[in-house]
Amino acid sequence: MVQVMNVTKKYDETPVVNDVSVTIKQGQITSFIGPNGAGKSTLLSMISRLIAKDAGEVRIGDKDITKTKSRELAKKLAILKQSNEMNARLTVRELISFGRFPYSQGRLNAEDWEHVDQAIDYMELWSMQDSYIHQLSGGQRQRAFIAMVIAQDTDYILLDEPLNNLDMKHSVQIMKVLRRLVKDMGKTVLLVIHDINFASCYSDDIVALKNGHIVAQGTTEEMMASEVLTDIYEMDMPICRINDQKICVYFT
Amino acid sequence: MKCLQMKWWYLLVLLVLLSAASLFIGVQTVSVQGLMAGNEDEWRTLTSSRVPRLLSIIMAGMGMAICGLIMQQLSRNRFVSPTTAGTMDSARFGILVAMIWFGGASPLLRTGVAFLFALIGTFIFMTILERVKFKDPIFIPLVGLMFGNIVGSVTTFFALKYDVVQNMSAWLQGDFSLIVNGQYELLYVSIPLILIAYIFAGRFTIAGMGEEFAVNLGLNYRTVVNLGITIVAAVTAVVILTVGTIPFLGLVVPNIVAIYLGDNLQKTLIHTALLGAVFVLVCDIFGRLIVFPYEVPIGLTVGVLGSFLFLYMLMRRKKYAF
Repeated sequence: MVQVMNVTKKYDETPVVNDVSVTIKQGQITSFIGPNGAGKSTLLSMISRLIAKDAGEVRIGDKDITKTKSRELAKKLAILKQSNEMNARLTVRELISFGRFPYSQGRLNAEDWEHVDQAIDYMELWSMQDSYIHQLSGGQRQRAFIAMVIAQDTDYILLDEPLNNLDMKHSVQIMKVLRRLVKDMGKTVLLVIHDINFASCYSDDIVALKNGHIVAQGTTEEMMASEVLTDIYEMDMPICRINDQKICVYFT
Repeated sequence: MKCLQMKWWYLLVLLVLLSAASLFIGVQTVSVQGLMAGNEDEWRTLTSSRVPRLLSIIMAGMGMAICGLIMQQLSRNRFVSPTTAGTMDSARFGILVAMIWFGGASPLLRTGVAFLFALIGTFIFMTILERVKFKDPIFIPLVGLMFGNIVGSVTTFFALKYDVVQNMSAWLQGDFSLIVNGQYELLYVSIPLILIAYIFAGRFTIAGMGEEFAVNLGLNYRTVVNLGITIVAAVTAVVILTVGTIPFLGLVVPNIVAIYLGDNLQKTLIHTALLGAVFVLVCDIFGRLIVFPYEVPIGLTVGVLGSFLFLYMLMRRKKYAF
């Protein structure tokens, strides 16, 4: 369980995330949606101690993140940000092996390498394990980074816009992997995602932010309603049911 | 890059061969036969001049190459090195301060002051780096060179004012020809520092992936960066004080290794150290032979060869986007 209690972040006195409280259920995919500048990424960064919060408390399991050693937290929770410019000349296998750093401090033992192999297996990266990551396509690179997170073997996986810059095929591939992680390994996945229909098809719960506040939260079934989404995005958001999936047709 | 499966012990063998050759090159004759026969003059030349020179070349070469490697990793920029980050200029400023205000300072105090200034200078550069929004790979080292030149001009001003320009110029150009027993031992400081760098190689690699990446893995990012900068400042200070400035070494050597081995410091650190030593040794032997019986200072040979290699890498960068 991830418990966020009255968390606030201000930049120059302007609150980006304002007194947000939310509880995220175990063993599910929870998507954070909302317009640009709603504070989704900031909230995710605070939950994962990447940035300090100005007020409030975050609990991962039963641990207060400010009172837990960063190294211990790295075994419980992994965060992947929008993959920035990557000019490091590292192979896929080397990158994935970094996921074992919290356990090995850089000197991997046989068990660590087993985790690395399993992650490569899981993401089907054998054919490119010796390629340099800067030579991969965006989708391949994203898979390599997710494999690293899998090797990190944490209960909680946080992903900030994992579908950014990916084409449809790779987006579907990534989302299916996340579903499998929840189903096979009982992981808890938190996502910041812009594509409302990917959120609809793959998440269990949806939390909507706007202007630094949570404006709506609930199961995907409850949240994928025209009135709810229209309120969030301030535009017409008609919902259709196609192949038993709720799809929002907002394009025109 | 698979075709270039360079093993580190190839470099080690090369280093040993060159080292052996280096001992027998010079104006004073030193020969195997002479040494076997127990010729006292030859033994004296060997122990008081040739061996110190060789050891200082190896330590300085390894140290400066590793400094460059650490700086490039931590700044995430392939063109940053002690030469292009103000570290060397700051260290020289420190030497000047020690000479003027702590007149007749002991070598230890002088090293301490040089180290402190190199540390502060490098920290200032790294802080500038964090503030600068425009992260063009060429722009960053230019900022460092500008910063270094500002520190350098302050140094020159005070050197002129206090009439110590002559003494200062000794630290401008690297030179191994003056190294004899009793003058190079300070360089031994770099050995434990290189060992620490080796132990922390994995952490430097992760820190080089960015702060958020490092924090996610539970790495104490600030501590690792500060440790890296401290190692760089200390090694740079002792090399400048004993040998002088060896330009481009920290820039060229790590980049050559990265081309064939990548950026995982756990893999590249040994190669970088060995290639650094080999590179300086080759330049030194060349400098000793080309105008025999005179010699060209190492700062010049490394500078010329290094700048050509640097230009080549800049050109190559356009093609392969390294």
